[in-house]
Amino acid sequence: MWNKELEAISRKDLEALQLKKLKATLAAASKTPYYGKIFRENKIDVDAFTTLDHVKELPFATKNDLRLSYPDGMVAVPRSEIVRMHASSGTTGKSTVIFYTMNDITAWADLIARSMVATGATRDDVFQNMMGYGLFTGGLGLHYGAERLGCMVIPSSSGNSIRQIQLMQDFGTTIIHITPSYALHLADEVKEQGVNPNDLTVKKAYLGAEPYSEATRNKIQEQWGLEAYNSYGLSELNGPGVAFECVHRCGMHVWEDYYLTEVINPETGERVPDGEEGELVLTHLNREAMPMLRYRTRDLTRIIPEPCTCGRTHRRIERIKGRTDDMMIVSGVNVFPSQIETVLMNIPEVGNNYQIVLEREDNLDRMHIKVELYSKMFQGDMRELERLKKRMGEALRAIITINPKIELLEPGSLPPSQGKAKRVFDNRSL
Amino acid sequence: MPHQVSVFAENRPGKIERITGVLLKKNIDIRAITISDSGDYGIVKLLVDRPQEAAGLLKEEGIAATLRDIVAIRVKDKPGGLYEAASILTRSGVNVEDAYGFIVERKKDAVFVFQVEDVRKTERVLSDAGFSILTDGELYLI
Repeated sequence: MWNKELEAISRKDLEALQLKKLKATLAAASKTPYYGKIFRENKIDVDAFTTLDHVKELPFATKNDLRLSYPDGMVAVPRSEIVRMHASSGTTGKSTVIFYTMNDITAWADLIARSMVATGATRDDVFQNMMGYGLFTGGLGLHYGAERLGCMVIPSSSGNSIRQIQLMQDFGTTIIHITPSYALHLADEVKEQGVNPNDLTVKKAYLGAEPYSEATRNKIQEQWGLEAYNSYGLSELNGPGVAFECVHRCGMHVWEDYYLTEVINPETGERVPDGEEGELVLTHLNREAMPMLRYRTRDLTRIIPEPCTCGRTHRRIERIKGRTDDMMIVSGVNVFPSQIETVLMNIPEVGNNYQIVLEREDNLDRMHIKVELYSKMFQGDMRELERLKKRMGEALRAIITINPKIELLEPGSLPPSQGKAKRVFDNRSL
Repeated sequence: MPHQVSVFAENRPGKIERITGVLLKKNIDIRAITISDSGDYGIVKLLVDRPQEAAGLLKEEGIAATLRDIVAIRVKDKPGGLYEAASILTRSGVNVEDAYGFIVERKKDAVFVFQVEDVRKTERVLSDAGFSILTDGELYLI
């Protein structure tokens, strides 16, 4: 472990630490224009917080609050203390800005180093960071953490597949940090270069920045011959390193000494019991520049209450099932893109790229699933293709209850993804 | 047995041009072409002089292509020419999945090409009945 004292801390000591840090965070937050107003309006008495449960009295913060307090309504330190800013990737709507002090940057790097060690990484690893550098937190976040651990970092950023492959070969990359969609695309490119991905020295992939299914993870592991680790983070709470899988790869440990973790029913806002699915709500317990209390992540997951065999006491969350706001309502049925992806990636004939297109025809919702036919699986037989379509349709209907129209496309006809993949196209007009 | 190149193609303008363009670059000669279509997409089936090479070239271009074993026989180009062969297939219980034909010399020779489940068995029953089964080489040399 990177920091055994904190990672294997007893739950009792952890909670005491959380309460201490929560009180400090509240005191800092009360100095910001945003929280000052919230505390006054809701008659929040910071001194009255004697248990962690008191946190329920605090209203939630949302992305919209960040937008409304743009640019610095949530900042708790003088401008001279701030050393960096990042902005969210704007997955949904306008981007939001996050500020960091030097201590925030150092603490963040420390959490990343802790996460990497949990996956078995050491200072001998060569870390190729294929996440975008710049305003996006994914690139620089892991970069500083990997350096803190002592890895050699290749800051290759995203895109330029040929060069990525060259760098892997020339410098013996052992760990890659990559979006799942780009990992699939790059595996194809590697093969196209006449290289067997299994012959490369890459042993681990850290996947993040997009929701993806277990089936996609398996596909990536198979195509590359590596271990793929699930990571979680969001720029509003620093970026990557909020939660990370350990070597057992069954759920991501949330670093609870930094993040107070709740799961709520997204409709009622009530907390759900541990183990039940809901929206993840996080309070940052360790940030100077920008305190963030009860932030609604919009990410759906559940807490895994059972302790992990790795010895870390920090609880795990399950892979993100989707976002409360990427749920599609098709003919009155709630459908998450991740459900569709799980089905598609379990069908070997289907290539790595797909699209979900929603249309309205004669006032009825229609879902079209466009998939590329995997060249190697094509047998030259029309009836086989019809059977494949039928098989896909039935497998999808069993999961999402609606009957999509499957369109088979030639390989390469969908745009390849180099960053966050856009999979859903909702063309329904109201 | 001869081979047919089967190519997956979306039902959109320019697809045949793309496929034949790839073959032209390496001077591959097309003997016969047929397309089965299902609405959104189709399978283009080609008999060419160098099937292995053609399939390889198409795949290199990122086109989904594959080689299929087929049966090709020489039949007489006259009324009843195909009937004779078809009767034998019926008696042997061979189901023809997909077929096409072309004339080699008018009023004399034609070739009947078809896809079946068991190519070897089909070749055997037809050759036992006196039909000349065409091999890869013969098919492209005629």
